[in-house]
Amino acid sequence: MPETPEHSAVAERLYRTLRLIRVVEEEVARVYPTDVIKSPVHLSIGQEFIAAGVCDALEPRDHVSITYRGHAAYIAKGGDLNAMIAEMYGKKAGCCQGRGGSMHLVDSRAGVIGASAVVGTSIPVATGFALAAKRQRTGGVVVCFIGDGATEEGCFAESLNFAALHKLPILFVCENNGYAIHEPLAKRWATDRLCDRVATYGIPTRRIEDGDTVTVRDAALEAVAAMRDGGGPAFLEILCYRWREHVGPNEDFDQGYRSADEKTPWAARDEVARLAALLPPDHVAAIESEIAATVAAAFAFAEASPFPVPEDLYDHVYA
Amino acid sequence: MTTSTPESASGSRLLRYVDALREAFAQEMERDESVFVFGLDVDDHKSIQGSTAGLLKQFGPERVFTTPLSEDAMTGVAIGAAMAGMRPVHVHIRMDFLLLCMNQLVNIAAKARYMYGGTVKVPLVVRSMVGKSWGQGAQHSQGLHSMFMHVPGLKVVAPSNAHDAKGCMIAAIRDDNPVIVMEHRLLYPTEAYVPETPYAVLPGKARVVAPGGDVTLVGISNMVVECLRARELLSEIGISAEVIDPIWLSPLDIDTIVESARRTRRLVVADNGWTACGAGAEIVAAVLERLGPEGGIAVKRIGFAPTTCPPSPTLEAAFYPNPGTVAAAVHALVRPRDVAWTPDPERTKLAHQVQFRGPF
Ligand SMILES: Cc1ncc(C[n+]2csc(CCOP(=O)(O)OP(=O)(O)O)c2C)c(N)n1
Ligand SMILES: [Mg+2]
Repeated sequence: MPETPEHSAVAERLYRTLRLIRVVEEEVARVYPTDVIKSPVHLSIGQEFIAAGVCDALEPRDHVSITYRGHAAYIAKGGDLNAMIAEMYGKKAGCCQGRGGSMHLVDSRAGVIGASAVVGTSIPVATGFALAAKRQRTGGVVVCFIGDGATEEGCFAESLNFAALHKLPILFVCENNGYAIHEPLAKRWATDRLCDRVATYGIPTRRIEDGDTVTVRDAALEAVAAMRDGGGPAFLEILCYRWREHVGPNEDFDQGYRSADEKTPWAARDEVARLAALLPPDHVAAIESEIAATVAAAFAFAEASPFPVPEDLYDHVYA
Repeated sequence: MTTSTPESASGSRLLRYVDALREAFAQEMERDESVFVFGLDVDDHKSIQGSTAGLLKQFGPERVFTTPLSEDAMTGVAIGAAMAGMRPVHVHIRMDFLLLCMNQLVNIAAKARYMYGGTVKVPLVVRSMVGKSWGQGAQHSQGLHSMFMHVPGLKVVAPSNAHDAKGCMIAAIRDDNPVIVMEHRLLYPTEAYVPETPYAVLPGKARVVAPGGDVTLVGISNMVVECLRARELLSEIGISAEVIDPIWLSPLDIDTIVESARRTRRLVVADNGWTACGAGAEIVAAVLERLGPEGGIAVKRIGFAPTTCPPSPTLEAAFYPNPGTVAAAVHALVRPRDVAWTPDPERTKLAHQVQFRGPF
């Protein structure tokens, strides 16, 4: 990579997505101390390659189910950036009209299923979207992004069983960053053989350890292709690392629960930088200036948008 | 068991709510080997906003431990351990997560004693915290106490100050029944006089927090604080409100509230939850039932707006009652023929609690 024109097109597309996510989240982190975002934020910085790689394998008719740490997948699936930032600012033009906040992003038109802040809750809901896709013969598939912690909830096992039983077109993607808040896997799992656990449901699994966006994309392409052929669910466990604190804009290596050394190998192969280095510098420069403008416009849009008015309080309690 | 009241404790030692909770666990764990504290993140460096700080060091990982994200099963584990003779304290950083525990709590914990003919007991404490402000939003802000009040076999307590936080927690740990404790994020930094030795604030006794003659104002959890501030605002226009803190919502001391309402002829309940089928509805109905034909008193429930909690600051401000809206509602009840009155917004602002600043 990139050896052929096709390869370079893919690399350029992946880079564009990665870079957009990174710049958005760094801007979120930059403005956060000014209190314009009065909402807890869970950044994906360092983990973007998963959303970027997986969503590259999807089509508009497909859905993604995201979590409260969902900025990356929202953007990668083509969620409306202005509406996302406006939502974080609590504005009426936000994707939830100021009723969701950072933890509940949604973009139905782009196929982004609304996020839940109760860990695991989204798993059966995503499975329901897959049931509907199958019954309605849309040809679409669902990708359900979850953290390692979410696999500990009972509904994870229950959903896997159901999805396998009904051969539903759903790809479960576990972003295993090794922590649930500050608690490492060793305090939560008796063994780390997550893929083995999932495989017993008759679900094909794959563990990706190399942190490579292209590996992730290829695995997702393969899984999605099998699924569109009626192959039923699949599971990817993708190792990654959260570079910032669990919630909030800062680094937290001074807190004592993990060491900065853990980040070092991940930072050394930062996918944003790595893909940039594969592309012609003028392409990179063009992409970067385009993204800078897009992101600046989104934050300016959020800033300038009006807040909801108190009279809006009762909108949408019922359909 | 030794008991205490804020009056008897007055002049002792000022302690924050969060530290009072922590002290209750430390003292009870010291006293009784069977007490243990577990739940997501109780042992990390943030230690549930400080409320479990130091416990791991003092009592070790067998008695202070985190769990997988498995609230439903962990609740069952706690129930089993309790039936087998332990005294678990199961901790949740938000009350919203108790919805994952509902089956175990309602179908087993609440019923085991009765269903098994008095042959078992479930001395379980379930701690949970209500979040407010900084975009807590739909799923990190709910006060679900009334759901638990509905169920026989469960006790429910909502301490509103540091003194009661310690006393209620000790009473809950020593109680032989499952107790749901509703804490409030914004109360954590508030201080009160707290005796150093262990004491209990026992179930079934409400407290008149401030006397008054024109209206009985019952506040629940954090709303006690807001009601006291509303009382100040009301006193400036000559309305005297008696503020009552039920402390324990189940069993509920209705006598104290009835006695007050009978005198003032007006009852307002300000709750930290929705009004429909809420604690306020229960209290108002119970008081009216008790007063019987001599009833005919004016009543009012105040609570969350009947919507989901929005994170946007403008909507969030309209969602929650505050000292100004409580005072205005009380005024309307006491002087129905006057033009509506709302306190000067600047005064109301002063009376507001300091809001929490993020990220969590
Ligand atoms: C049911 C539930 N329990 C607890 C929490 C508190 N909580 C929020 S995020 C989180 C950790 C989740 O870890 P993981 O699934 O690995 O996702 P990550 O944050 O690492 O992306 C916890 C425990 C919650 N939101 N919902
Ligand atoms: Mg994780």
